[in-house]
Amino acid sequence: MSQHYPVLTVIIPLIAALVAPLAAYLSKGLVRVVSITAVFAALLTSMAALVRALTDGTWHYVFAGWAPPWGIEYVIDPLSGGITVLITFIGFMVAIYGLPFLKEETWLKQGLHYALYLLIISGLLGMVSTGDLFNLYVFLEISSLATYGLIASGGYRSTVAAFRYLIIGTAGASFYLLGIGYLYGVTGTLNMADMAERLQPIMDSPAVIIGLVLIFIGLGLKMALFPMHGWLPDAYTFAPPAVIPFVAGVATKVPAYVLLRMFFYIVGAGSGPVPAILTVIGWVAALGIILGSVMAIAQSDFRRMLAYSSVAQVGYIALGFAIGNTYGLIGAVLHIFNHAIMKSCLFLVAGGVKWRTGQHSISRYLELSGRMPLTMGAFAIAAMSMVGLPPTAGFFSKWYLVLGAINAGKWPFVVVIILSSLLNAVYFFRVIENSFLKKSAGGKQVLKDRLKTKKGLWELPVAMLIPIVVLGVGILLLGIFNEQIVSQVLQYTLPGGGQ
Amino acid sequence: MNELLSNIIYFLIAVLFVFGLYGMLDKRNFMKKLMAMNIMQISVIIFFLALGQKLDATLPILVHGLEGVDQYVNPLPHALMLTAIVVSLSTTGVALALLLRIQDRYEDLEEPEILRGMDK
Repeated sequence: MSQHYPVLTVIIPLIAALVAPLAAYLSKGLVRVVSITAVFAALLTSMAALVRALTDGTWHYVFAGWAPPWGIEYVIDPLSGGITVLITFIGFMVAIYGLPFLKEETWLKQGLHYALYLLIISGLLGMVSTGDLFNLYVFLEISSLATYGLIASGGYRSTVAAFRYLIIGTAGASFYLLGIGYLYGVTGTLNMADMAERLQPIMDSPAVIIGLVLIFIGLGLKMALFPMHGWLPDAYTFAPPAVIPFVAGVATKVPAYVLLRMFFYIVGAGSGPVPAILTVIGWVAALGIILGSVMAIAQSDFRRMLAYSSVAQVGYIALGFAIGNTYGLIGAVLHIFNHAIMKSCLFLVAGGVKWRTGQHSISRYLELSGRMPLTMGAFAIAAMSMVGLPPTAGFFSKWYLVLGAINAGKWPFVVVIILSSLLNAVYFFRVIENSFLKKSAGGKQVLKDRLKTKKGLWELPVAMLIPIVVLGVGILLLGIFNEQIVSQVLQYTLPGGGQ
Repeated sequence: MNELLSNIIYFLIAVLFVFGLYGMLDKRNFMKKLMAMNIMQISVIIFFLALGQKLDATLPILVHGLEGVDQYVNPLPHALMLTAIVVSLSTTGVALALLLRIQDRYEDLEEPEILRGMDK
């Protein structure tokens, strides 16, 4: 059993996804138990696989006895292992969070919801675990198709958003596949480790350059890197609240991880066209950080503000790749983890506020701190982390990015990071001011009446409150234990062991 | 000139790919966008199949007397593209399902009309 952990992590959610509609037909309770147990089992196996990768070194899992260059292998190194744990952890939290939203739905809708949700998790886990470039494409499409379906289930507006996402997402996948075609054409292999070896002598050939540019465009579309972010704001705004915390937190980070794997592990950062591509990525990301933050300030809908802030935050990750030295990469990898947890937490809060007040507009957040102390407390932590105030997690990833930029002598990036922190402060403190400080003028009684309608023992159903609090505390813990995380785990994830 | 002729398939594929991309960006009708997306996917599929081709080679089934690798077409791209075709099929299926719902609600598939309908 224990020698199969890497494949179990991917296959348990996949089987549960196939079983989910049947389980829902038998009993609505059964589908919840099956789905949440499956994600929890995947969380356990991914943690076990990560521990083994940290103690015994990289774990190559070979399928059906076919040796790697011919067969498909799964590779669990500290980086991919860490990200599988991140995916399953957030997946588990959001699965619990979604329970109250789905309680009233029919068996068919519940079954399909859980089936699609588990398919996204399985697809993303496969993308991270696999050591084969074409296998990665297949998992990319599995997770994307399930995401389109789930986003579309949020009503008619979200159907239009999902269709646009589908068109752009498929274009991204086609670019990626075409790029893989070029690399396959010149190397004759699809295995990542094998390709890394065979690419070195032919690094400067035009086919490799075109292939890498195409792969960058494809992954850039998938991770919503500015200016390829057009699909993201609508999709995040109109998607159903039971699933969007997971999609917003994780789905754009996994393509970012693939980009890191592609440029720093397979191709190697110093060789061929990569420095030029990274320079372009850096400037594009810097522009995206500023413009994304400015757009976020202009929004009056809380979810839309978070969506534009995602565009900016993905920019930080790409900026870390562009800086390219050890500090820059630590910052980028740390930001993949931090931002996944922060953004999930913020969307959990958004869903919770909607549950309680029925509103998403920022101006409706008046005096919520009194009504929903725990939720707004988690929100305040997440918001401070997004701005980058110590001791929250967000401070440390920005700190490493700034250190990296200074070491590399890339001063414009330092200015961009600090300026964007100020912009983040502008749009998050507006919400904090509304919910904690401002008194509504004479509207207090009205507010009370509106909140009374769904009065329970707690501010929210316990199933929703637990994930919010866990992720909020998680942000603080990630920040406080940042030193240990970087020195014990993160530095082993970097190419060449952080040298 | 000879080299250009032997590589002409790749130029045609590039043209097909750009056609698809142009259609997806330029067309305002969602159905046309979907068709352009299919054209783009198919150009990638043909690209892979063209990579596997060899001159004077036969089917990748072991025939007695033919020993060299040069005598067989590379079967791997075909196997890969079988998967890609399935992916393309399911993407189209999901897209058509979404379009049906959009058509039900807005009674139109033109993007400007739908945006106007959304604002109401």
